[in-house]
Amino acid sequence: MIEAVGLTKRYGAKTAVHNLSFQVRPGAVTGFLGPNGSGKSTTMRMILGLDQPTAGHVTIGGHPFRNLPNAPRQVGALLDAKAVHGGRSARNHLLSLAQLSGIPARRVDEVLGVVGLQEVAKRRSKGFSLGMGQRLGIAAALLGDPQVLLFDEPVNGLDPEGILWVRNLMKQLAAEGRTVFVSSHLMSEMALTADHLIVIGRGQLLADMRITDFISHNSADFARVRTPGTDPAQREKLTSALTEAGGQVMPEPDGALRVTGLALPRISDVAHEADVRLWELSPHQASLEEAYMRMTQGAVDYRSTADQKAGLQPAMPPGYAPPQVVPEVPQHGWYAPPPPGQNPYAAAPQQAPVQQPPVQQAPQPQPPAAPPVPQAPAAPAAPTKPEDAR
Amino acid sequence: MSTPYQQQPHPQQAPGGPLGTYTSPIAVRRATFGDALASEWTKIRSVRSTMWTLGVLIVLLLGLGLLTGIVVRSSDAHMGDNSVLLLGFYGVLLGTICVITLGVLTIASEYGTGMIRTTLTACPSRGRILAAKSVVFFLLAFVIVTAMTTLVAAIQSALLPDARTPSGGEWLRATVGVGLYIAMLGLLSLAVGALIRHSAGSITIMIGVVLLPLVLALFMFTPSLEGVRNFLLEYSIPSQLSAFYGESISGSGPAGWDPLWIITGITAVALGGAFLSLNSRDV
Repeated sequence: MIEAVGLTKRYGAKTAVHNLSFQVRPGAVTGFLGPNGSGKSTTMRMILGLDQPTAGHVTIGGHPFRNLPNAPRQVGALLDAKAVHGGRSARNHLLSLAQLSGIPARRVDEVLGVVGLQEVAKRRSKGFSLGMGQRLGIAAALLGDPQVLLFDEPVNGLDPEGILWVRNLMKQLAAEGRTVFVSSHLMSEMALTADHLIVIGRGQLLADMRITDFISHNSADFARVRTPGTDPAQREKLTSALTEAGGQVMPEPDGALRVTGLALPRISDVAHEADVRLWELSPHQASLEEAYMRMTQGAVDYRSTADQKAGLQPAMPPGYAPPQVVPEVPQHGWYAPPPPGQNPYAAAPQQAPVQQPPVQQAPQPQPPAAPPVPQAPAAPAAPTKPEDAR
Repeated sequence: MSTPYQQQPHPQQAPGGPLGTYTSPIAVRRATFGDALASEWTKIRSVRSTMWTLGVLIVLLLGLGLLTGIVVRSSDAHMGDNSVLLLGFYGVLLGTICVITLGVLTIASEYGTGMIRTTLTACPSRGRILAAKSVVFFLLAFVIVTAMTTLVAAIQSALLPDARTPSGGEWLRATVGVGLYIAMLGLLSLAVGALIRHSAGSITIMIGVVLLPLVLALFMFTPSLEGVRNFLLEYSIPSQLSAFYGESISGSGPAGWDPLWIITGITAVALGGAFLSLNSRDV
């Protein structure tokens, strides 16, 4: 059980974590999400007493980490897989940690077996690949067979087999009644592993809820409709017909239409009545990634822009047209926020695959006046939409 | 927090509830200072930098000791009133650099690699880590320097049977005394390493501390700086080291066992500072 109360950390003028309060409970895998620089690692370091909070406190089982009796037997952590002395062999690294914690030396060989590093136990960890380093870090975390486990990006650099192994390991550890707190950027991985989510952005708590609730509250499912690309008139016709029928239609950059508010059969019927042929009619179910992107779009500190290479390219011969890049759909930089003025928690759980979402007034691709995150700029992503940069 | 995403009330547990339901089958016992010593011994013996610095130290002490002995023997130079022990001084003076390097690396390499975060997660007590590192390093440096100086002194006595036979006190100072002094200098480096947290920076500072006072004093010609010059000459680390061999650059500097007390005081202050810094700074 990890409990943070009003946790705040400032580095000079920069506030890394602001007034963060949450609890991590035993018996479940709790995912810890947030964009780069949102304060995840700082929070983890504060939990482990490596950084002193500027204000607030965080306890593990009721004690601050540094006052915890038998700390290494109660808490295991993987903060940074590279936080080892590269000149030391894997076995000696773990042996020194085991000795420091008063753990019998034969436990070292056990955990080396658990993470599958027996073969390279005598090799210096400098030569380890990213994945082997991750395994060594996980071995160190498991060394004390602790009740509370913290993992910062545990699947970084692991091969698919390793990712599957970590996923099952986390679930198994939680099933044994331990507290498992995992940060990750891999949404698909989190969706499979975590039971509960804590999301932070710019050092503040954005969400603390079950993963299923998180997805349903932070996403809208939609249907993608594509009309024959040869005839733009058909597309116009279908758009007006669908709008008339009560749906909201948003054009996608590659010519498809994103329809919300109408079930798939109804869209098909409307198209049939309007005498429009369809090339695609597909349900799009919200993923954790989409829900996460939607929630954190206002809290992203480091956003990439298209690489213009302005002035660095040789002049193109006249008549040369740059090749059209088909954008990755549907992620193209902007996600419709939840309906304005509506508590997302008040919404009833929605049915898959295409449901009747709460009424949305504004189908045009601009965020409404009240974005979900107060610190979000008025139009967070509009200038960085990839299609604008082209 | 004013966002609409507020924490949902959880039905399960009250805050500050039990740690969890999992109990490890491995017997739990409190880690002791002895465990930390064993851990630091594993750490220091399992990296190559230790082998390199100590190897070079042994080569320097033995090699220069033998070389000076052979040179003096073959040149029929007169040792005069000096005891044969003085010849060990050159090797020790150069060897300090190895001890300084090892002292700094013992702690600063943990900061350089990030290992310190792993270490302090396994043992949240900063004082225990610093004390364990200090004890292990000090004993290692002391044993090696004392053994080597004794060996070199014995070889040189055998090579130069005509020189004055040193007294028991002189023997003790030139072996155990030098061993303690050099190990203490290494411990000071360890404390500086803990304060600076950067290997190259700390080693540079310590080499400056050893060499600069003498170099500065060489260029202080003005009579008005006479006092400063004499102080620097007498209390520079090479001069203090030479006091263990009964030699002093000027007659009035520290003599006998004085240098050991001086460096012990300085090291104690530096270690105290290192402890306070470790305890209060973020890792």
